[in-house]
Amino acid sequence: MTDGTAREALRAHSPDIAAARARRWGAFYYAEQVLRVMKGYGWSIIMYSVGHPVAYLFAMGVGLATLVDAQGAEAFGGVGYVTFVGPALLVSASVMTATNEFTFPVMDGFKWRRTYYGPHASPLTPQQIAAGHIMAVTLRLLLQSAVYFAAVVLFGAAPGGWGWATILVATLAGLSFGLPLMAYSASITEDKGQFALVMRFIVMPLFLFSGTFFPLDSLPLAVRWVGWISPIWHGTELGRVFSYGYQQPPLLTVLHAVVLVALAVLGWFLTRRQFAARMGK
Amino acid sequence: MEVPFHLPAGSTSLRRVHNKATMSSGATGAVQPADEPPTEARPTVITAENLTKTYGDVAAVDGISFSVPAGESFGLLGPNGAGKSTTMKMIGGVTRRTSGALHIMGLDPDSHGPEVRAHLGVVPQQDNLDEELRVRDNLLVYGRYFGLPMSYLKPKADELLEFAQLTDKAKSKVDALSGGMKRRLTIARSLINEPRILLLDEPTTGLDPQARHILWDRLFRLKEQGVTLILTTHYMDEAEQLCDRLIVVDKGRIMAEGSPAQLIREHSTREVVELRFGSERNTTIASELQGIGERLEVLPDRVLIYAHDGESALEQVASRGLRPLTSLVRRSSLEDVFLRLTGRSLVD
Repeated sequence: MTDGTAREALRAHSPDIAAARARRWGAFYYAEQVLRVMKGYGWSIIMYSVGHPVAYLFAMGVGLATLVDAQGAEAFGGVGYVTFVGPALLVSASVMTATNEFTFPVMDGFKWRRTYYGPHASPLTPQQIAAGHIMAVTLRLLLQSAVYFAAVVLFGAAPGGWGWATILVATLAGLSFGLPLMAYSASITEDKGQFALVMRFIVMPLFLFSGTFFPLDSLPLAVRWVGWISPIWHGTELGRVFSYGYQQPPLLTVLHAVVLVALAVLGWFLTRRQFAARMGK
Repeated sequence: MEVPFHLPAGSTSLRRVHNKATMSSGATGAVQPADEPPTEARPTVITAENLTKTYGDVAAVDGISFSVPAGESFGLLGPNGAGKSTTMKMIGGVTRRTSGALHIMGLDPDSHGPEVRAHLGVVPQQDNLDEELRVRDNLLVYGRYFGLPMSYLKPKADELLEFAQLTDKAKSKVDALSGGMKRRLTIARSLINEPRILLLDEPTTGLDPQARHILWDRLFRLKEQGVTLILTTHYMDEAEQLCDRLIVVDKGRIMAEGSPAQLIREHSTREVVELRFGSERNTTIASELQGIGERLEVLPDRVLIYAHDGESALEQVASRGLRPLTSLVRRSSLEDVFLRLTGRSLVD
């Protein structure tokens, strides 16, 4: 290649083309950035994705299940304990990951290292930056849930033919909890330890009281509402339907899906609005 | 190696002549009057008319108007809170104006944000590099935001790293870089899309003199290649070195506009005599200096006499029997103009 041709090859396309491409694909461009950052701690992600399900399923399936199953399977809808908790753990892990990905990195983007403001000066819009972040995290949730589901299958805890759909349910549950949280994270201008409070007083109670380790019906009515408002419970119930054919009124199954989608859409709407307001000041 | 930016030369020869005149004015860095370069032939790339931005009741930018022709190096000078950065953000299409008109390359940034930003390279006041990515990856990722293909970005990133003298740091983590290196990387990043307009918000604040001079050199090269530079700075020597024309902004309004030489001519004298009689005596002795030079300014630590002929003014001081502890005759600088227009009181 001659020097002149080499230089010609190094011409950037026109600003008009750049703007048109950014308008169309901007969210994907930002998702690419987030995925590159994730690649930097890829081993941690892999270890978490594999280690978490193996540890939990081993503890529940080999440890706790031997005791629980000895009491009979009636309390858990006629299935073994590990089959009962499998979808719940899958959904909970997705929600936990979404909690991590939609809190600290958002604060990092707006405040700590202001990483959102680099792309903000490019043709990308704030809404595309938010969308790109969500797309990358969604991909991570999908992959993590797929690995988790594989572990569930290995433990013999997904007897139904539709078990694979729990991957989608878990991802949706992660977004239904994560996106409203992302909107909240985007509204924080000063770090006063809010995320630690979210983990301790919202995520953990939801994890414990969402019918994860025992049916929600076994809780007193006074605390059962925690499950009703919890994306983990709605995701878990829906996951059980697909995973082992858990019997419940079809309308309730639809309701679980509607609640999860509604929360995710609401969160997406609020996040878009918050990003645009904060970056357009 | 020179970097082929493929930017039109425009009237860079005129710019160079002008700046040689500016830079060859002696060791003090003061400015020699120079003829203004003609701007009529060049298209206007930025026009602002009565541009206003208010936050609640506070007007950060209060009805300023200016225009910038292609290839010009245009500076915004002002104390903290003057409205410089807000103006830059409005030009950069990331902050909406409250009122007035603003066009960049003929486009309104409020309605055509992505199109405007596609024309720009931006060096923000605070570095916002992605510290979790490596140096070269920062350039690649940023280029993707403009929809640029990897076949272009990979060699371009290498070229820009060379331009920014960061080739040997290509695989380093960003947080391992010094402040000057991060600044150079930010400038390299801003050039990934070969912008015709470069916005630089206090590009050298916090850098040591060596790092500043390297940056000036790089910016000067871009200027020679016809890139329009829009620059805010606190450093008057930087403004004198880099700006063809500038506006002095205070409290959101334009206090003065012109080339550095023009501003000095209009708002200061050719020379300044600095006299130190000791902090206790400066004020009392000032009355005895009345009538010498064009203007007298008494500061806590020294007395300044603004005069067209500094040596002659100093002789007059001596002839009145006054013996300062130290005396210095220097060329008037942009800093004198700046302080006169915006005051000496501290702005936080």
